[in-house]
Amino acid sequence: MSDHEQDLNAVISRILEERKAYPGALLPILHGIQDALGYVPREAIAQIALGLNLSRAEIHGVVSFYHYFRTSPPGRHTVYLCRAESCQSMGANQLVEHAKAKLGVDFHETTRDGAFTLEPIYCLGNCACSPAMMIDDEVYGRVTPERFEEVIRILKEAA
Amino acid sequence: MSTRIYIPCDSSALSLGAEAVASAITIEASRRKADITLVRNGSRGLYWLEPMVEVETAQGRVAYGPVAIDDVPALYEADFLKGGQHALSLGPTDKIPFLQKQERLTFARVGITDPLSIADYAAHDGWKGLKAALAMDGATVVKQVTDSGLRGRGGAAFPAGIKWKTVLDTSADQKYVVCNADEGDSGTYSDRMIMEGDPYVLIEGMTIAGVAVGATRGYIYVRSEYPHSCQVLAKAIALARASGYLGPDVMGSGKAFELEVRKGAGAYICGEETSLLESLEGKRGMVRFKPPLPAIAGLFGKPTVINNVITLASVPIIFANGAAHYRDFGVGRSRGTLPIQLAGNLKYCGLVEKAFGVTLRELLYDYGGGSASGRPIRAVQVGGPLGAYLPESQFDTPLDYEAFMAIGAMVGHGGIVAFDDTVDMAGMARYAMEFCAIESCGKCTPCRIGSTRGVEVIDHIVAGSEREKNIALLEDLCDTMLNGSLCALGGMTPFPVQSALKYFPNDFRAAPRSKVA
Repeated sequence: MSDHEQDLNAVISRILEERKAYPGALLPILHGIQDALGYVPREAIAQIALGLNLSRAEIHGVVSFYHYFRTSPPGRHTVYLCRAESCQSMGANQLVEHAKAKLGVDFHETTRDGAFTLEPIYCLGNCACSPAMMIDDEVYGRVTPERFEEVIRILKEAA
Repeated sequence: MSTRIYIPCDSSALSLGAEAVASAITIEASRRKADITLVRNGSRGLYWLEPMVEVETAQGRVAYGPVAIDDVPALYEADFLKGGQHALSLGPTDKIPFLQKQERLTFARVGITDPLSIADYAAHDGWKGLKAALAMDGATVVKQVTDSGLRGRGGAAFPAGIKWKTVLDTSADQKYVVCNADEGDSGTYSDRMIMEGDPYVLIEGMTIAGVAVGATRGYIYVRSEYPHSCQVLAKAIALARASGYLGPDVMGSGKAFELEVRKGAGAYICGEETSLLESLEGKRGMVRFKPPLPAIAGLFGKPTVINNVITLASVPIIFANGAAHYRDFGVGRSRGTLPIQLAGNLKYCGLVEKAFGVTLRELLYDYGGGSASGRPIRAVQVGGPLGAYLPESQFDTPLDYEAFMAIGAMVGHGGIVAFDDTVDMAGMARYAMEFCAIESCGKCTPCRIGSTRGVEVIDHIVAGSEREKNIALLEDLCDTMLNGSLCALGGMTPFPVQSALKYFPNDFRAAPRSKVA
């Protein structure tokens, strides 16, 4: 087992131990793992199954049901662009096309330099300031293509 | 004396730069040796004015907005700490017409208090409702809720008192109160504003529900798209517990109520109550068959009160001011007030809490100021992605559950999204089907398969292939989804599609498309 795998296993075990006694523990466990690692690695599924006395298929079924959980590492930043109606009424479709072209990726993909993963999102509750996006945990309102580029540029420079 | 300055910490205000404005004001204050106390309040809901800065003066609170960091030195020059005039002056906050015309009951404190200050909450009539409810027996509490006429604000508009009574009358060793904070409908953000701007009102409402029906545990299921709400709620719960408003002995009553925040994971369907319960149990968010009702066999098979954020947050004022006070607002069978959210292509987007009965036209033009783009408003979607698209001819409909049902629409969670005349309604209909396909839990066939077929059929119609035949097919498909789906996702996705087809048929013709409704 490599050091990397050992580290992963240690994180997963710690979260599993902390949370497995919660009523309905699976989502809190998956959130804990994704918060710590950025994704839910394949190794986690078997470990959680053992810890909760469920089948691996059941764990996989839950992980794959929810859009938020991912099974591969994201880029350094995750860009969530809102595609919902309110944002569409203020130009979200054009913003999506612009963002895809600027980053050179489609939804669910990561830029080649590993900096940005682009994801669609369906409403950020920022509908009074459409179009909206969220990068990591930071929400942005009234996002024009220019503002999008500016935010991306600042994040790139900060890296 | 220190001057109190208010700058919202609401997500939307932050999305427009409130954090940078707050730090610019603090830095400038220390440079000028001005004595200020910065309070991070919720948003008043006047989003075109955010970041809105308020200053406490001898004449009351005065507002400035929208403030950018570059405006900060000039605000100090204009002596804004004493309410001085500046190009961004909005005058006394309470006198801003958008706010002055409202009837704020559920939102009475939002934007006024420091969301996490228990003292502030108590000073603004907080905990009064809980105190009153603790002096009653469960049946009396439930009767008050029934008498107030409060109906579920999440969208289904089911009388809250009846749900509570069912839980009260079902005996069990454990009961639960679950708050549905999976506010996934586009155009809605009132739940978020409450959670970030006045979390204690939700905690108080849930505690009243708990002591009324005999539930000792509660969960708030918040969507993962609202990280800020999760943080505020977690802090508020810890503080309320430390002050004895939650825990083993709520306000010295001897009654226990514990509360916990649980985070969703990006599934729209988990806003459906049975799917939410499955998710809370750690499973895929698959919709359950009803019966049994959640009130009889809900979370972990136990009797469960499950209500939306706004429903629960409206409970404290019902107990503080009496059921009759609340019931006296509204029209017909829609009693009380509704926090309406103006969104999309409107000049003045924001939160309008009004008694039921206000018309769509008043909301769009008197409050919303018409479209943001300056073009005519062509279509309006009320009630989220499952709500019908309404043309101008229906703008005089009053916001009232029954009046909306009568025109094949729904009030839902009170979100209003406006579109100008550049909108392609066939595209919006297609999106409704696409969204259903992405978010379907997959349990029932009309929703799981019908939504994907719906996208394909709309594509055929727009491409002009066998148009009449495909329109008939789409209508038939909508009928199947409407009547054959297990829950509202598949059952109501046809509403936006059918209404788009009915009121904007020309948009479904092959390009070049005419934009005449």
